[in-house]
Amino acid sequence: MNRRPFALYTAMLAGYAFLYIPIFSVIAYSFNASRVSTVWGGFSLRWYGELLANQQLLDAVQRSFLIAAITATAAVALGTASGLALSRFGRFPGRGLLSLMNSAPMVMPDVMIGLSSLLLFVTLQQAFDWPDRGMTTITLAHITLTACYVTVVVRSRMTSMDESLEEAAMDLGARPWRVFFVITLPLIAPALLAGWLLAFTLSLDDLVIASFTSGPGSSTLPMVVYSKVKLGVTPEINALATIIVVAVALGVSLAGIAMHRRDREAD
Amino acid sequence: MRAASASGVWGFWFDVVRNLFGWFRLVGREFRTRRGRFLVTSLPMLWLALFFLVPFLIVLKISFSQAVFGQVPPYTALVEHAADGAVSLRLHASNYAMLLSDPLYVSAYLKSLLFASVSTGFCLLLGYPIAYGIARARPSMRLVLLVLVVLPFWTSSLLRTYALMGILKANGLLGQVLSAIALVEPGWGILYSDAAVYVGIVYNYLPFMILPLTATLMRLDFTLLEAAEDLGAKPWHAFMRITLPLSMPGIIAGALLVFIPAVGEFVIPDILGGPDALTIGRVLWIEFFTNRDWPLAAAVTIAMLVLIVAPTLLFEYVENRRADQEAANT
Amino acid sequence: MNATPGNPPATEPWRDPAAQPFVRIEGVTKTFGKVYACDEVTLDIYRGEFFALLGGSGSGKSTLLRILAGLEQPDRGRIMIDGVDVTRLPPYRRSVNMMFQSYALFPHMTVAQNIAFGLRQDKLPAAEIRDRVQHMLELVRMPQLGDRKPHQLSGGQRQRVALARALAKQPKLLLLDEPLGALDKRLREHTQFELVNIQERVGTTFIMVTHDQEEAMTMSSRIAVMDTGRIVQVSTPAVLYEYPATRFVAEFIGGINLFEGRVLSSDEDTGMVRIQCDHLEAELLARHTDPLPEGTAVSIAVRPEKIDVHEAPPPRGTVATENVVEGRVADVAYLGDVSIYRVKTASGAIIRVQETHVARSSEPHYDWDDTLWLSWEAASAVVLTA
Repeated sequence: MNRRPFALYTAMLAGYAFLYIPIFSVIAYSFNASRVSTVWGGFSLRWYGELLANQQLLDAVQRSFLIAAITATAAVALGTASGLALSRFGRFPGRGLLSLMNSAPMVMPDVMIGLSSLLLFVTLQQAFDWPDRGMTTITLAHITLTACYVTVVVRSRMTSMDESLEEAAMDLGARPWRVFFVITLPLIAPALLAGWLLAFTLSLDDLVIASFTSGPGSSTLPMVVYSKVKLGVTPEINALATIIVVAVALGVSLAGIAMHRRDREAD
Repeated sequence: MRAASASGVWGFWFDVVRNLFGWFRLVGREFRTRRGRFLVTSLPMLWLALFFLVPFLIVLKISFSQAVFGQVPPYTALVEHAADGAVSLRLHASNYAMLLSDPLYVSAYLKSLLFASVSTGFCLLLGYPIAYGIARARPSMRLVLLVLVVLPFWTSSLLRTYALMGILKANGLLGQVLSAIALVEPGWGILYSDAAVYVGIVYNYLPFMILPLTATLMRLDFTLLEAAEDLGAKPWHAFMRITLPLSMPGIIAGALLVFIPAVGEFVIPDILGGPDALTIGRVLWIEFFTNRDWPLAAAVTIAMLVLIVAPTLLFEYVENRRADQEAANT
Repeated sequence: MNATPGNPPATEPWRDPAAQPFVRIEGVTKTFGKVYACDEVTLDIYRGEFFALLGGSGSGKSTLLRILAGLEQPDRGRIMIDGVDVTRLPPYRRSVNMMFQSYALFPHMTVAQNIAFGLRQDKLPAAEIRDRVQHMLELVRMPQLGDRKPHQLSGGQRQRVALARALAKQPKLLLLDEPLGALDKRLREHTQFELVNIQERVGTTFIMVTHDQEEAMTMSSRIAVMDTGRIVQVSTPAVLYEYPATRFVAEFIGGINLFEGRVLSSDEDTGMVRIQCDHLEAELLARHTDPLPEGTAVSIAVRPEKIDVHEAPPPRGTVATENVVEGRVADVAYLGDVSIYRVKTASGAIIRVQETHVARSSEPHYDWDDTLWLSWEAASAVVLTA
């Protein structure tokens, strides 16, 4: 198409505007001195101050990050095992079941996973007096959910990877474990990193499952935000949202630059 | 419930046990000959079985019990030991009866389907131009455009939905803009209505429509359009007859990625919608947290399993089989 | 080297009844679903051979190679290498190494690390590994490139690294999967000779898979032609070319003329066979070692270069004119060193003839629609019953 289609550009602009106007509005409001967001009361950093002084929020942030980090690491271990098995092991007893258990959580509404996980923990607690509902249970439920997403990432990377590399390593005398650690793992490392970040984000952002499986005193960040939001629009949340958006934008830009530089190096 | 001693039932159970033994033999052989692989597969298998599969069995069991308030756990036990030593199974189908008889549940399910399908349509309308533009863009621009689409996904969706509150509320950003150009009265806002829910779902799920669409459109051979033009087709015609049909796989993929999760959505209808924006996800939440009726919530979960998850998994299975057949036939 | 029936030359071990095959493939069968990739394949390969598995796609040659490497397990049959049954051994326990079609060089390792990989699995001392790697690099004539990574090499260089890596462990058997497939034509010719030289220097038994008959003919000591999972013929290139066993082999290797006919008579003492060929509306003479019953349906195979061209009817009664056919030139293809003529007979058959331009003065020059007489010896024709 040689003609620059005006209609297409307008439609695209509308779409991107739709995606970003809410984000920009939140950033703008976070600097609004007035508590009522509909009225502009002048530029102010007041809400950032109140955010940093809000101990409940800060505790929740710390808790969420800890849970997310543990979740992501465990999810990568589990997801890599699943992804490896499903892409390289051919047919083995239980393959169908493993595949099903890996795809089901992704098509399931969060509320279902939340309720079922909670009922499991309640039953376990009755029988074995463990676990107590709190960060442990949230983490266990999160790992189960996010591992399935990691499986997808690892599996897709492994199917697109040249299998003859692993065959060549075996042909040269390396046993399967060595092949995995010396050949496969370095080559799928970017996928593992992507999987870790994905699991981290999913865990950090989860409201529903955490609400079901948490216990007293173990509120996560989304839970605190949700309860504040239900009570009414509170401006500290704007400040929090701005910080998160800026952090993510920085992270993605850095990642993009790093990848771009690595691509150029390879030439 | 006492087991019938008809041979049919015994035969059935005998078959089950025999199949189980066969399976165990297979597993045992696998363990002996391929120890390493067995380790690798059994780790996720055991974890998922314990933390994913077993919970649903528990949900099933509890859906057949009755709520008891003030007790921990707040539901009746399944198996009861009577004074004379007899063991009996107490199944209450009352929860399922409630689901079927009270119109609240059916209408909540239908409302969820309505929200999801309309939102999918809007996602397609809004997302197709973006996907098309990205597919036709120069490679250098393409990466930037794609990143801009994906970036919101990495920020918290809860916070973004919250951002919509500020825009959609009475005299929020949208209201202020529209009343400034005299389209609406001052103080107008659509927060806490169905309209807000639609906006919210489209807002959150738009990237999921754009990405598969972009992938499919990028694989499109645009010289086909040039050939159409050469043969005299006007641009709109060429689009409807060539581009649209060829991008169907991407449209379907994107539609599924939006529709299926949207049906079970809880957060968006809860934050942005009014009391009549009752989706099946909200119903589950309310039954559990507000009404404290765990068995009913469990029954709703089973219903969602049957009505949402099972069809999706079946569809995926059929699709995979079809794709495998196609690959084998080429 | 003079070879007499009781004393085969050392370079032709398959002729020696006392020689033990180095690789024995016995009744190997492999199915993928309903398809037979390998169907009762039995083959003997001797030490030091450069053996080729030749066939089109789907012939089973690659599957057979992978079974030899241990990357696939046969459903039936067994493989013996140097007297050891290796059928169930995994690839890392066999003294067999493979050069992969895609080279499969580890992208995150340098050339030297790639070559050293196999040696490190054997836990050899570091100094020995270094020496071996250097020796290999010199063998493939790339002594300076040890520190490069695969993506910094050209296609030809990558191929040599793959070869060096496969030879580093001094395996008993080296398998090559379409080794020249990814190279351009000029490089291919050059590499063909290099590979043969390396094999002679190192002395390892090579088994190569290829679909290119020229490659197989140039490089190998013996060729096994495969079709739909079965071995059709195993011989030296010369025997394969001059005495194909079936129509398939005759057509697969080089250009060929095939004429259908029925046996009229067959003389056991002289080996002369008389065939009624309706295709050419003529009686043909050919030689065949086994007697053929009258009426057997056969094909006569004649190579284009074995046919003489005459501008006038040639005198009958000589060996060279045991078979004579008349026709008109339908097509001419001048290739510089040879000319190929397609000559159409009165009966409508097309015969391919190849004439080499030996000297400028005696250059034959035939045009379209010229009437020509074609003749060939009975001994130049092969009788095929399959």
